[in-house]
Amino acid sequence: MMDDSRPIFMQIAERIEDDIIEGRLPEESQVPSTNQFAAFYQINPATAAKGVNLLVDEGILYKKRGIGMFVAKGARERLMAKRREQFYEQYVVAMIREAKKLGITPEQLSEMIRRGESEA
Amino acid sequence: MNPIVEVQGFTKSYRDVHALDNVSFTLSENKIYGLLGRNGAGKTTLMRIITAQVFATAGTVRVFGETPYENDRVLRRICFIKESQKYPDTFRIADVLETAASVFPNWDRELALSLAEQFRLPLKRKMKNLSRGMHSSVGIVIGLASRAPLTIFDEPYLGLDAVARTLFYDRLLEDYAEYPRTIVLSTHLIDEVSRLLEHIFVIDGGRLILDEDADALRGRAFTVVGPAARVDALTSRMRPIDRTMLGGLVSATFWGKLDADERRRLEAEGLELAPVSLQQMIVRLTNGKFDGKAVSGE
Repeated sequence: MMDDSRPIFMQIAERIEDDIIEGRLPEESQVPSTNQFAAFYQINPATAAKGVNLLVDEGILYKKRGIGMFVAKGARERLMAKRREQFYEQYVVAMIREAKKLGITPEQLSEMIRRGESEA
Repeated sequence: MNPIVEVQGFTKSYRDVHALDNVSFTLSENKIYGLLGRNGAGKTTLMRIITAQVFATAGTVRVFGETPYENDRVLRRICFIKESQKYPDTFRIADVLETAASVFPNWDRELALSLAEQFRLPLKRKMKNLSRGMHSSVGIVIGLASRAPLTIFDEPYLGLDAVARTLFYDRLLEDYAEYPRTIVLSTHLIDEVSRLLEHIFVIDGGRLILDEDADALRGRAFTVVGPAARVDALTSRMRPIDRTMLGGLVSATFWGKLDADERRRLEAEGLELAPVSLQQMIVRLTNGKFDGKAVSGE
């Protein structure tokens, strides 16, 4: 579930982000506690807390004293904007690089994207 | 954070062999530490010095702010579970648990019984008739139920199968979340426990070669595979910790981090990049081919 290329706290933060983007964690809903994250993923609670706190610092989650963590208003839209920027870097640029390696022309690539559109 | 253990300039020599060579480190309150290294690297010696079972040749140790030697105030707050623990011949599991209950002030009887049941321990069986795995399970039950402010597990799971080990990790995290304390796990099964650890020490040849936040180590090393000339060109600006050749291809593991731009540039040059697991990283640091002196403190 966790990979070795990056710190676990970043992976925890990304999973919470995914849950917010995909609507499993709606805005104003409560997020599981760090101990629940730790038990579920079998990770150190301090690491889980670091992931959650990263999102608190970014204003995606907020703390209600004595109750727990909640998803902030507007969090989903802000995450979507951030992910769209990453999409260009991670997918578009990487795809074009691979296409060049395989000798696929820009025209062929556009054609492939159109074809993929009808399948996805 | 409060230091629980402070070790300064520790050296332990047996005749002219250094089992530990000028080791210094600190353990803070309520963290889970991993003590990793090969057999004979000095892990057990280190744990025995902290628990006042061996005297250091040189250096100082303070545990809970005091020297641990013949100091009951300190020693009753430590639970040291070691692989080679011996018990009196007549003792049954129930007797061992009863003795532990009288030794450890925070002993939780209910927890001990529920763990014993989960590990399927026959309480009336004599210790000397237990399998290796059951013997280890008794140690785990004591280590967890003692709730000692400093709990040390030295290779706690010899003979335990994957199911029992997972049970140990689950119950450890669960109880730690509710009753935080300082825990030291000494182990070979690095990839299995790495996610439980907050901080990692690696000992090699009696020296402490790594003293790092566990999560910060992820992504700290990477492997590059490609034509020899291209890969070797990297060694001018990064330190390789391992290098193997296959025909004209070289696979080298480097200590360091790549940012997204560098990553892209290397990939564009036709080099392949792969992450390095903690276990691979430590194997490469301790395989004798690498002089680890300069690793820490980056």
